Amino acid sequence: MTDGVNGVALTVFILFFLAVTVMGFLATRWRKAENEHSLDEWGLGGRSFGTWVTWFLLGGDLYTAYTFVAVPAAVYAAGAAGFFAVPYTVLIYPLVFTFLPRLWSVSHKHGYITTSDFVRGRFGSKGLSLAVAVTGILATMPYIALQLVGIQAVLDVMGVGGDEGTHWFVKDLPLLIAFGVLAAYTYSSGLRAPALIAFVKDTLIYLVIAVAIIYIPIKLGGFDDVFAKAGEAFAQPSPATGAPRGALVPGDAGQWGYATLALGSALALFMYPHSITATLSSRSRDVIRRNTTILPLYSLMLGLLALLGFMAIAAGIKVDNGQLAIPQLFETMFPDWFAGVAFAAIGIGALVPAAIMSIAAANLFTRNIYKDFIKPDATPAQETKVSKIVSLLVKVGALVFVLSMDKTVAINFQLLGGIWILQTMPALVGGLFTRWFHRWALLVGWGVGMVYGTAAAYGVASPTQKHFGGSSAEIPGIGEIGYIGLTAFVLNVVVTVALTFVMRALKAPEGVDETGPSDYTADAGDPDVRVELPTATSGDPDPVR
Amino acid sequence: MSDVQEEKPPTPTTRPPTVTPLRVVVALCLLAPFVALLWVNSYARTDPAFIGIPFFYWYQMAWVLISSALTMTAYQLWQRDQRARGAGRDRGAREGGVSR
Repeated sequence: MTDGVNGVALTVFILFFLAVTVMGFLATRWRKAENEHSLDEWGLGGRSFGTWVTWFLLGGDLYTAYTFVAVPAAVYAAGAAGFFAVPYTVLIYPLVFTFLPRLWSVSHKHGYITTSDFVRGRFGSKGLSLAVAVTGILATMPYIALQLVGIQAVLDVMGVGGDEGTHWFVKDLPLLIAFGVLAAYTYSSGLRAPALIAFVKDTLIYLVIAVAIIYIPIKLGGFDDVFAKAGEAFAQPSPATGAPRGALVPGDAGQWGYATLALGSALALFMYPHSITATLSSRSRDVIRRNTTILPLYSLMLGLLALLGFMAIAAGIKVDNGQLAIPQLFETMFPDWFAGVAFAAIGIGALVPAAIMSIAAANLFTRNIYKDFIKPDATPAQETKVSKIVSLLVKVGALVFVLSMDKTVAINFQLLGGIWILQTMPALVGGLFTRWFHRWALLVGWGVGMVYGTAAAYGVASPTQKHFGGSSAEIPGIGEIGYIGLTAFVLNVVVTVALTFVMRALKAPEGVDETGPSDYTADAGDPDVRVELPTATSGDPDPVR
Repeated sequence: MSDVQEEKPPTPTTRPPTVTPLRVVVALCLLAPFVALLWVNSYARTDPAFIGIPFFYWYQMAWVLISSALTMTAYQLWQRDQRARGAGRDRGAREGGVSR
C-alpha cells in the first residue's frame, strides 16, 4: 500500500475530483430560485426535485462511500454475516412506502424542514423536539467522519496516505484539500451541489460494479472457484478466537443476529436526518412513492458489491485493515487507469453523503436549537446564514475527529449512532399515524432506549476491543443474540405505551397539535399547500408561526 | 408496516370501509419481503447454487427484484384505491389531489 504512488490511478482520480468540484460550485446556478436566502432553498434545494434527481440524490445519500468499503470488508472478514446489508436495504422500501409520503405531505403543508420540526408541531413539545434534534446531530457526526475514513482508504491504496513516519500535516494534506473543497461548495450551493454531483458518483459506481462483477470473476476462474476458495479460508481457525473465522452461510446461532440487524437497520435508516433532507427536497408525494419502487436497484448493486469481499479472498488479498480489502482488490485486478476510475467513484461517493449529512445536521441545529431556544425571531435569511456556518463547523468537527482519534472510535460512534437514531422512531413514525402517544411518555421512552442501547453496546467485547466490540448482544428474555438497537427500540415502545396510559389517567397536558388529519395526505397542487416550484413563494416566512 | 389502512381520506361521511380486499393485497405486498427475509432459516443453505453463487446469496438478491415488483404493485393498487375514493368524495377543488 505504501509501495510508491500509483501515478496513473492518481491522475484519473484527480481529474474526476476537479470535474465534480467545478460542478459543485456551478450548482448554485442550477434551478436557481428568486429567493435564494431561505433555508428551503439552501437546505432543501427549493423542494423542487423530480423523480430522477431524487433517485440519484437519495441513492447517492444512502449508499455511501463507507458502505462501499465497509460492506465488502465485512464479507471479507466474516462471510455470510456481512451480507445482512442486502436484506436490510430490501426491507427499507416497503417500510418507508407506508410513512414517508405522510411526512412529505405534513412537512410541505407546514413548512417543516427537519423531523424535529414535525415532532414539535405534532406534539407541541420543544423538549421532545430537542431530544430528536440532538439525537440526529449526534448520530450524523460520526457518519460524516466515516465518509472521511472511506476517502482515506482510497488515498492509502493509491500511495498518497503517507507512511507512519511522515509528518501528520503532509500525510493528511490530500484529505484536508478534499474536505476544504467539499466544505466550500456545500457552503455556497447547499443541497444543489450534492444533487448534481450525485449523477457523476452513481454513474461511476454503477460502471465500476458492472465491470468488477464480470471482469474479476473471469480472471479468478468463475464464481465456483471464488466461493470454494472463500469457503476454505473461512474454515481456517482465527488466531484470536480459535473458532472458524467465518462462514458461507449463517449457522443457527447467527440467524437471530442476522435478522434483527437487517430489521433494526432498515427501521433506523430513514430516521437519519440526511435521509429525510433528501426526501423532503422532492417535488411531490408521488416522487417519493415512485422512488421506493426504483431505489432497490441500488440494493442489487450493493449485493454485487458485497460479493467482491469473497473475490478479495479468492484473489489472495491480505490486508490488516479490512477497510482496505476492496480498494486493494481494485488496484490488483484492474489496469491502473480503471483503478483510478474506481477510486474516484469511492472518493466522490464520500463527498455526496458528507455534504447532505452536514446540511441535515446544520438544519437541525438551526431550526430546533437556534430558532427554538436562542433566537425565536430569526428571519429566513438569518436561518440560512446560521445553517451555512454550522455545516462548516460540523465538517471541521468530523475532520478533527478522524485525524485526532483512532478510526475505531469513529466506527464505534457510528454503531452507537444507529442505535440512538432508532430511538426517535416512536415519536416520528408514531406521530405520523396517531396522536395517541403522550409527549412525555415518548420522551421517557426515548431516554430509556438511549440509556439501554448505550450501556448494552458498551458491554460488548470483541477479541480486539474491550467495549463497543459489536452491535449485537443477548436479548433479555429470549436468550438469543440480537441487534442491540432493536432491543432498545422494543423497550422504548413498551415504556412509551405504558406511560401513555399513565399520563392519560393523570390527565397530563397533551400539548397543542398544529396539524390536522388532511395535512397527512395533502399533495402538491392542493389548495393551501404551498407551491414548491423554485420561482414561487417558498422563501416566505413560515405561514404557521 | 401494515399501517397503510390508516391513511384515510379526510371526509368521513361518504367513506367506504377502511379495510377493503384491495388494501389487504397492498398490505400483503408490503409485508411479504419481511416474512421472507427475516425468516433466515428458510434460506440459510448453499444449494442450489446459481452460476457458482451459493443459494444464500442469490436468493436474497433475487428478493431485491421481487420486493421491488411487489412495492410497485402496491403503489399501483394504492393509486387505484385513492382514485376510487377521490371520485367518491366531493368533487371540489380537492379532487385529484390525493390520488395523484
